[in-house]
Amino acid sequence: MNNPMRVILMGLLAVSMVACKTTPKSETTPPADEMTKQPETTSQVEDGKFSAGDLDSDACLRQRVVYFDFDQADIKSEASAILACHGKYLSDLPGAKMTLEGHADERGSREYNIGLGERRGNAVSSALQANGGSAAQITVNSYGEERPTCSESDESCWGKNRRVEIVYTQAQ
Amino acid sequence: MPIKISIRLALALTLLSCGHLMAQGLVVPPVSGSPSARPVTIVPFAYEGAGLPLEVDLSAVVSGDLNRSGQFNALGRDNIVEYPTRASELKFDTWRMLKQDYIVIGRVLDAADGAVRIEFELHDVATRQRMLGLALGARRSDLRGAAHQVADYVYEKVTGVRGAFWTRMAYVTSTGLGKNTQYALMVADSDGDNPQVVVRSGEPLLSAAWSPDSKKLAYVSFERGSSSIYLQELTTGSRQILASYRGINGAPSFSPDGTKLALTLSQGGNPDIYVMDLATRRTTQVTRHYAIDTEAVWTPDGQNLIFTSDRGGKPQLYQASAAGGDAIRVSQKGEYNARATISGDGKKIAMAQGAGNVYRIAVLDRSRGGAEYTTLSPGSLDESPSFAPNGSMILYAAREGKRGVLYAVSADGRVRQRLVLADGDVREPAWSPFRQR
Repeated sequence: MNNPMRVILMGLLAVSMVACKTTPKSETTPPADEMTKQPETTSQVEDGKFSAGDLDSDACLRQRVVYFDFDQADIKSEASAILACHGKYLSDLPGAKMTLEGHADERGSREYNIGLGERRGNAVSSALQANGGSAAQITVNSYGEERPTCSESDESCWGKNRRVEIVYTQAQ
Repeated sequence: MPIKISIRLALALTLLSCGHLMAQGLVVPPVSGSPSARPVTIVPFAYEGAGLPLEVDLSAVVSGDLNRSGQFNALGRDNIVEYPTRASELKFDTWRMLKQDYIVIGRVLDAADGAVRIEFELHDVATRQRMLGLALGARRSDLRGAAHQVADYVYEKVTGVRGAFWTRMAYVTSTGLGKNTQYALMVADSDGDNPQVVVRSGEPLLSAAWSPDSKKLAYVSFERGSSSIYLQELTTGSRQILASYRGINGAPSFSPDGTKLALTLSQGGNPDIYVMDLATRRTTQVTRHYAIDTEAVWTPDGQNLIFTSDRGGKPQLYQASAAGGDAIRVSQKGEYNARATISGDGKKIAMAQGAGNVYRIAVLDRSRGGAEYTTLSPGSLDESPSFAPNGSMILYAAREGKRGVLYAVSADGRVRQRLVLADGDVREPAWSPFRQR
């Protein structure tokens, strides 16, 4: 029990467990509670251009989800700020690439919802291109209703699932 | 000593994993038949061999099948007062008193190599005539399969329609939420028993479609990051990619002769219906419209496709020639109609019909002018209907609380049975074609 070797081993084990826990999260996964926050500051330097580090620090760029109405793919006015800053980012960093993951709520048929998710992804893609991004930087991938963020059958959950997630695959 | 321990450990692990597999099975609650259906008694079959008692209650499987069809009302076990196993022991007066129209009796004998021989007879109680007397060989590992075949013979002899109990269903399960979701494509017997994993993935699986010989499944998998259509052989597990174009690769459906596959591709900018020649893998475009066109299924003659399109504003069913050309609208009632399934005789089309937040399974009977709809399900998020190959029943998916469950409903809507997965979400049932005897 008091074997010093065992104590050392346990200590090592504890350290390795902590190390596992502190593995940084993927930068493409936004913290959920950041999604609804409005942009407060922008961190563009004097030349007015974004840099790769801004993806993690800029209040607007940290927002990566665009929401939609039922069976609709129209961009809502509240999404214009997000689309403007991500479009500008793509324009400022021509090497940056992103995937737009289109999603739908559970109502309606699954394959139709795959189509609907793609339509939403295409709508976001067009808006980003109107804001300076280029088609070559953007890939649309629709998951339809197959990857919900919640599984309650009510409007609050459906609203969270009708979305396009912006996922950067190349920061610069 | 350590070897012994590791063997024991391995055994224990095997048992654990088997237990796990059982827990994933579909739990089938007992179903009672429709009271207005044909009264039938399936007397428990006697095992007259020398081996261990049978692992499966054959007559219970037959009764369950016949009840589920809505065509029969099997006498409950508690009301069976005599146990004849051959015609000479049959007292028709007893069964006439119990108001039974038909009675099935049988016995099981040993056959070579540990297999069994199931002998059964169907009798008409009123005329005291034997309608059917057959023997089936069966492996002890496939007694349920044999019982489903007995049910098929009885069903066909009485109704004149081929039975579809000895068939299978494919479906998709998921557990977990968001990026941690685990998906599985499963195949089970038509009553939900005997579930087997076809493929598992951490990425979405959907839209399983049976080949007409019921030996292969085409399905959509996201395992390469975006959607691709795979073709997998069920006995060997070998598989190949049929379509992995840019954009959507979805909604596969085999032509009735098995030589072609209808599918949805969005490589042209939006989802359209295509037909792939399975020998050459060449695709031809069937629909050209900026709307979403998807979920094509073949009419039984192999000439036309019925598909979902929102070209009129909301999703509705349309029909077009499989060779291309103009589409005509099929579904006229309801604001949302999608995911068609067609009965084998081509007369009925079942669909998911939506009004407001309520989605139910509706059947359109085209043989009577094409405007008669029957609603078959009472849920609020019912979807993915799939006809039995004989058109007598429909499988569909429903939501109960936060999870999906499967139902089997008779085509007249009189009998519904829930097939529930013990754990997780179950959806997208696809009824297999007939199996070859």
